[in-house]
Amino acid sequence: MYSAKVMDHFSNPRNVGDMPDADGVGTEGNPTCGDVMQIFIKVKDGKIVDAKFKTFGCGAAIAVSSMITELVKGKTLEEALAISKETVANELGGLPAQKMHCSNLGADALKKAIEDYRSKNKT
Amino acid sequence: MRKCYFDHVATNPLDSRVLDEMMPYFKEEFGNPLSMYELGSKAKEAIDNARGQVASLIGSKASEIVFTASGAEANNFALRGIALARQNEGKHAIVSKMEHHSILNSARFLEKMGFVVTYLPVDKHGVVDPDTVKKAIIKETTLISVTHASSEVGTIEPIKEIAAIAREKKIIFHTDAVATAGNIPIDIKDLGVDLLSMAAHQFYGPKGAGALYVREGLRIVPLIYGGIQENGRRAGTENVPAIAGMGKAAELAVNEMNSRIEHGRRLRDKLLKIKSSAENVHLTGHPENRLPGHASFCVEFIEGEAMLLLLSAKGVYAASGSACSSKALKASPVLLSMGIPSGLAQGSIVFTLGKDNTDDDIEYLLAEFPQVIKRLREISPYGKGWGIEGEGGQCTVQK
Repeated sequence: MYSAKVMDHFSNPRNVGDMPDADGVGTEGNPTCGDVMQIFIKVKDGKIVDAKFKTFGCGAAIAVSSMITELVKGKTLEEALAISKETVANELGGLPAQKMHCSNLGADALKKAIEDYRSKNKT
Repeated sequence: MRKCYFDHVATNPLDSRVLDEMMPYFKEEFGNPLSMYELGSKAKEAIDNARGQVASLIGSKASEIVFTASGAEANNFALRGIALARQNEGKHAIVSKMEHHSILNSARFLEKMGFVVTYLPVDKHGVVDPDTVKKAIIKETTLISVTHASSEVGTIEPIKEIAAIAREKKIIFHTDAVATAGNIPIDIKDLGVDLLSMAAHQFYGPKGAGALYVREGLRIVPLIYGGIQENGRRAGTENVPAIAGMGKAAELAVNEMNSRIEHGRRLRDKLLKIKSSAENVHLTGHPENRLPGHASFCVEFIEGEAMLLLLSAKGVYAASGSACSSKALKASPVLLSMGIPSGLAQGSIVFTLGKDNTDDDIEYLLAEFPQVIKRLREISPYGKGWGIEGEGGQCTVQK
């Protein structure tokens, strides 16, 4: 039911872990529905230089988290904000229809992480 | 790679002796049981024979067995058939919250038809208290249905006690025995039920064959109208190979029941040792009064579908009641009705063992499963503060 890319990112997730000195943290989802994603970002000169995640959820949720942390590295905050759920799903070679909404929380968690960074670094 | 099939509640492999019994009816003995010539009477004999074998499985008369195409059909037939047959006496039915979708959705259909349905609560082990049944009965109650055992958590219900309450009040009582028939002994007279559903593929028979026991003299409205098959109670040309297979599977289940139960229990008890090698793993369902080969857990901090995928990559096939692993994307209502917090219910994992599983299979699982748990916990933002009661399921992310 999952694409080879999803299975790859689920089986060998990239960027798993906590980031104690994160510049921004975003959490999205609810364990009642099955998926919770937490994304940590490190920002330098307006660019995301590192990203990590912790996720409670199904195979799709873990693959989405892994993929989005890969996608954001090196991007400016504006570029990162432009990453949509569809972008992540496409990069993963597609997601089953029923997983598009409930498990595809990466873009939302990322937005929250960027908002968190911005609220802490108001100039 | 080792392949371990631990999903016997989903379906059982077909016993090769059953397949041998079925084969002639796919090929040379292809006749319609209603036909007058010999080809037809051979097919009819096969069905009569199977009816006797299935009756022996539960200690009923052959004439009390109606073949259906599935356990789900038997459940639909029982609920709808009795509710409609007795609607002039009342339009109230009682079912438990432990039921399979084929009971719950039939109950919802009845509600749309103007019936009122009471859904019985269960305790933390998933047991229906007979006293709650007594209290739910009103003057208009015509039907009660409580499952014999839950396939999700393995708990065996006090059917005999509940059936006695129903009988005293002259209410028809049905039990869904899909998880138990062919797996644990059933004596229909001792149990005291009026209707009982079975499915062949739950005891090494083929898919596409089920049966409803209907106590002699009970009036029931058919689900399928047409010819006079099954005494006019279930029309449609019979699935002769599947029915012959169900009969053979029932006969084998009778002969081998004790050894299968002993085998299932022993392996299951070995599997339950998983609780000592992985922390924060909770058994769901009743600790003692449960199906022989049934081990079901909720694992804290991780999700069921992810466990199933990693186990499957290791050749281990199991089931889960988590929201993500269900097509409906809803956590198992059975787990929630037992008071398991919704977050913890996402960590549901169910291993159901069968006669062909071995000690080596269990040892393999005991070696691999803790690694799967560890790996997913490394990814999870949660790490403490859950538990099966109290604060569990509040699911606060640990900072």
